[in-house]
Amino acid sequence: MGILDKEFAEGNVVVAKAEDLLNWARLSSIWQLSFGLACCAIEMMATSASHYDFDRFGVMPRPSPRQADAIIISGTVTLKMATRIKRLYEQMPDPKYIISMGSCSNCGGPYWEHGYHVLKGVDRVIPVDVYVPGCPPRPEALLEGLLKLQEKIRNESMRKKNANA
Amino acid sequence: MRTPEEIYEMLKNQFSDSILEFESELPVEKFINVSPSQIHSVSKYLKDHLDLQFDCLMCLSGTDDNNDEKTTDEDGNETVVPGTLSVYYNLHSIKYNHKVNLRVKVQKDKPEVESVENIWKTANWHEREAFDMIGIKFLNHPDLRRILMPEDWEEGSHPLRKDYENPEFYQGMKVPY
Repeated sequence: MGILDKEFAEGNVVVAKAEDLLNWARLSSIWQLSFGLACCAIEMMATSASHYDFDRFGVMPRPSPRQADAIIISGTVTLKMATRIKRLYEQMPDPKYIISMGSCSNCGGPYWEHGYHVLKGVDRVIPVDVYVPGCPPRPEALLEGLLKLQEKIRNESMRKKNANA
Repeated sequence: MRTPEEIYEMLKNQFSDSILEFESELPVEKFINVSPSQIHSVSKYLKDHLDLQFDCLMCLSGTDDNNDEKTTDEDGNETVVPGTLSVYYNLHSIKYNHKVNLRVKVQKDKPEVESVENIWKTANWHEREAFDMIGIKFLNHPDLRRILMPEDWEEGSHPLRKDYENPEFYQGMKVPY
């Protein structure tokens, strides 16, 4: 359901619900926090580069959490880093979204048993919207994760976040 | 250029008692066992001697030798005799292109080794890592703090010890899977 497929009463006029307009604006410019952790970050950077072109979905890296809409947890979350990630997340303004990228941040990945230093899933400290599986996920998988996130935002309600998701 | 055997002989002549046996039978690189209290003077000699000039500490690693002895008496009580920890030093001379490996073995209940930080500055962080992971205390180290684990990690808890057990929680975060 795009915003531009509504009927036009006359030229240059779009009819839409305020809610749809807001959601459309939000999902079309998800600015991600410029933040990477491990090998997944390399794939994330490849996704941002010209070949996969994250920018065509309106995603671009922002160097400050205060200007970011989303954070992609791209890599192994160590216990030491987990406290920092939590603080970064708390510094982001609402509405904010989290993509957990790769096995490590989903559930600990290869460190699940002997990783004395690894948090077994970033969802133990912050709420995750989309999980992208893979080790590391290819850029296509991350793009699909982003599309899923966009779908989620598209169905949000002003009264309640995640109304139909 | 000198072979490890020749270097061992030189050290033996210079230090006699504090140079223990020369291990050459193992399927790894040969190494010389040094007593923990003498490692600093031995290192100084190796670096400063004009025919040796070991100017590069390639690596310094701590290990748990995994030799705790567990005995169970007839009542089923288990007693553990603590084993040893080791520090390995891999030295290289850039001038002569020769190498030698040293090893210091200490008891687990008193893991104290002299620091070589003021001979090779590289040792500073390597010794901090050996302290953090294995729990070897380097005497006279200028800044012996944890380097990898969080600063507020439980005191005396060193993750690469064979008998290490992970805590249930760290700062309210569940640690096990």
